[in-house]
Amino acid sequence: MDLSFFLDNLWNARMSLLSGFGKTLVISLASVILGSGLGVLVGLALSYGNLATRFVLRVYTDFLRGTPVFVLILACFYVLSVVGVDLSAFQAGVLALTLFCSSHVGEIVRGALAAIPKGQTEAAKSIGLTFGQTFASVLLPQALRQILPTWVNTATEIVKASTLLSIIGVVELLLATQQVISRTYLSLEFYFFAGFVYWLLNFLIEQAGRAVERRVSIPQ
Amino acid sequence: MTPVLKITDLHKSFGDLKVLTGIDLTVHKGDVVSLIGASGSGKTTLLRCVNLLEEFERGSIEIAGEAIGYRDEGGRRRRRPERQIARQRAMTGMAFQQFNLFPHMTALKNVMLGLVKTKKLGQDEARAVAEKWLDRVGMIERKDHYPGQLSGGQQQRVAIARAIAMNPQLMLFDEVTSSLDPELVQEVLAVVRDLAADGMTMLIVTHEMRFARDVSTKVVFMHQGRIAEEGPPEQIFGAPKSERLAGFLANSEI
Repeated sequence: MDLSFFLDNLWNARMSLLSGFGKTLVISLASVILGSGLGVLVGLALSYGNLATRFVLRVYTDFLRGTPVFVLILACFYVLSVVGVDLSAFQAGVLALTLFCSSHVGEIVRGALAAIPKGQTEAAKSIGLTFGQTFASVLLPQALRQILPTWVNTATEIVKASTLLSIIGVVELLLATQQVISRTYLSLEFYFFAGFVYWLLNFLIEQAGRAVERRVSIPQ
Repeated sequence: MTPVLKITDLHKSFGDLKVLTGIDLTVHKGDVVSLIGASGSGKTTLLRCVNLLEEFERGSIEIAGEAIGYRDEGGRRRRRPERQIARQRAMTGMAFQQFNLFPHMTALKNVMLGLVKTKKLGQDEARAVAEKWLDRVGMIERKDHYPGQLSGGQQQRVAIARAIAMNPQLMLFDEVTSSLDPELVQEVLAVVRDLAADGMTMLIVTHEMRFARDVSTKVVFMHQGRIAEEGPPEQIFGAPKSERLAGFLANSEI
């Protein structure tokens, strides 16, 4: 392997790789933000909703969590167009990842709320707090701390799953890399490079997560 | 004078299990009433009905003349809306067996929360009230500690301050020393004694018979969801009328 030859090619391909990386970032960020927002609602409804709501959302989360992300992406892209919803490959991909993320976050939120001892709610009630106040001041701050590590993990899963959008033609980092390889034939080098970039991105996300965790940890 | 607490014909079951079967109890201002009895006799459930942590099916509970939890609407018994229930809960203060401090808040913030959210006090005023009560229970020097950094006895004292800072008409103590190590029991009982001496109206569920005898103006012995015997502590502990109470006392440490 000739390093300078690879570096020359990397330099030449920098714009397409950078644009692919940008796409990966946008896809991941959008899916995590939208999916987490939706997931929190799902988790709340799973915890406090009536029986019918809980049943419907239980089916929703279990179905989505039990389906390969790849299948979700294909379904959003091909099936939705059949029923008349025309999404671009990018939109369909983000939708699939958002749904996937929401099912995981929903389950995490439900679990975190369920893990808070009943005495916390009772103590809040006993000083006259309404449900909304109890949730905002007592339950949510405790649940968020509980959720953080798993949520960060979900975010890294989404980054990895974003590579699957290459299959439906979204030129994110992986597909951009493959296009460069088809021009340069440096498959080993560029796949390694892409792998390193994904690893670095997730490493940074995890470090950021740990830093936040340390900041908000409760002194014992 | 309107009693602080008036319970009339209170009934409560968990499914088929009847836990309270017709309780009548009146507590006047300044009374310290201890509820004693075997596990499962309904003491704690009675206490929890008073601040609506438990629903009840029949009878009424009045605090300062106000029927709590339910109201009569054209002959039908209706649960009051959540907001009213929240307000009524704040008429009483409760200290729990497990303390139930909020672990993500310092001692000071624990006491301030209800003052800010329920009493709508400003931060400075709430802080002043909270500090006054933390001082009273001997916890002012630990006000910036988190519950996880405090011993059980210290946590319980903060929890009592949190309840009493709300200026309730009635304090409810639910076995506040039962989950404490023996050497920490006295510091908590001392706080309760101090508040009782100050004229605070209290309803206390306890297994500490000596404490109940010393601190109470009235002792209530419960058995199988009913009040089996009640009277001044000298009578209950000195001259129990029923064999059941005599038997219960013989098995308890005084």
